[in-house]
Amino acid sequence: MRIRTPSAEATRNLAAAIGPLLAGGDVLVLAGDLGAGKTTFTQGLGASLGVTAPITSPTFTLVHEYPGRLPIVHIDVYRLEHLQEVHDLGFDELVGGDAIVVVEWGDVLGPLLPPDRLHVAFEYAPDDENIRVVSLIPHGPTWAIRVDELTAAISGFEVG
Amino acid sequence: MKILGIETSCDETAVAIVEDGRFVRSSVVSSQIDLHARFGGVVPEIASRAHVQLITAVIAEALVEAGCELSDLDAVAACHGPGLAGALLVGVSAAKALALAADIPYVGVNHLEGHLHAAWLEEPDLASPLAVLLVSGGHTMVVAVEDHGKYRVLGQTLDDAAGEAFDKVARLLGLGYPGGPAIDRLAREGDARAVSFPRPMMGNGFDFSFAGLKTAVAYHLRGAPDSVPADIAASFQEAVVDTLVSKLLAAADEIDAPTLVIGGGVAANSRLRERVLELAASTGRQAFLPPPELCTDNGAMIAATAWWRLRLDGPTPLDSGADPSLTLR
Repeated sequence: MRIRTPSAEATRNLAAAIGPLLAGGDVLVLAGDLGAGKTTFTQGLGASLGVTAPITSPTFTLVHEYPGRLPIVHIDVYRLEHLQEVHDLGFDELVGGDAIVVVEWGDVLGPLLPPDRLHVAFEYAPDDENIRVVSLIPHGPTWAIRVDELTAAISGFEVG
Repeated sequence: MKILGIETSCDETAVAIVEDGRFVRSSVVSSQIDLHARFGGVVPEIASRAHVQLITAVIAEALVEAGCELSDLDAVAACHGPGLAGALLVGVSAAKALALAADIPYVGVNHLEGHLHAAWLEEPDLASPLAVLLVSGGHTMVVAVEDHGKYRVLGQTLDDAAGEAFDKVARLLGLGYPGGPAIDRLAREGDARAVSFPRPMMGNGFDFSFAGLKTAVAYHLRGAPDSVPADIAASFQEAVVDTLVSKLLAAADEIDAPTLVIGGGVAANSRLRERVLELAASTGRQAFLPPPELCTDNGAMIAATAWWRLRLDGPTPLDSGADPSLTLR
């Protein structure tokens, strides 16, 4: 599924449309270049889940946890160079809990990722630098049964 | 009164011994000592956040450098948040174990309060209230400090921290890590007026936003890949510094502060230091710029803060844990 978002606001709105589909324990893997919209997307997700604190980039601090209707664990593995460091972070415990886990740059984690996850990839549109093309790729059985719901949730957005 | 302070909230394993909240007897940061030698050839993965492998050696080094034994200490403190849960617990557990073993008080210290205290550590007679700009890779905020233990966060970043913007722009320019010093150096050779990058949220309250600026640099480089890197570095740095300085001024005006203070890793940036001094001179204020070793994460700020916390609140119970999301109150 590919969506075009013409602004940061639209990227937030797309995330907010997906928020209601999520349950505790869900993992979202965000991929894309610097400035492509990963933290912006997480902000929209947080807003839809009742997080009131500002959602800021966890690049340096690595993990941020936010209470909300469902708690969000926001991880960024941009600075990490070895999978061992991801273990040191307590990644396995973080993904095994009741929170929704969002992992920026998580596409590099390969074998550490759980089988059930939603990949969200952000690309700059070639024709306009303000536009992002967002690809949503569901993985695993818990997402297989939610594909129709996901399709319905994003039906109001421009197809990319 | 000698207090040993431990800081393990993020990358650094740091331990210091500070006397009476102000005299630094030793301050050891893991990245600065030869751990390979200490470990006698068995080298743990030093680059990782393996505080647990480093903490004992760093504590021992801090005691040796201060010429102290455990029995000479009067209290042990650790940073208990905000930070990484696992990393914080290493410092907190070590501090509690030492406190139990030596039968002395344990004090849990807020990392951000520690950074605010770094200024007093060097200069105890700063005129209050202080307008403090705290800028690092993980934090960007302006804080009104009325006294020890009396803080008010006026504004903070809504997305990226300033230090993070420096590192990411350094990456876009193909400079090395850490990006802050690399941009600082390169910017000296560039024209700060070459590109007019946005100054997000300038003149609009006390909050910061740097994600848009980072993206603007990325856009610029996509559109003009032949740009002179030094000009981009200088123009970007000027946009960040303009924003930081304007928020610091707004905060100082708001609370009528006679003193401006900066802290955090980005406080080592030469252009920011220059501009804060200019701002102080032009507005008739005093500026205090702590030395870089007190700006970055260190144990001395934790030990110094603990001395005040012990006087204000007494010891922290041993059954209290770490709080990764601790805020400044």
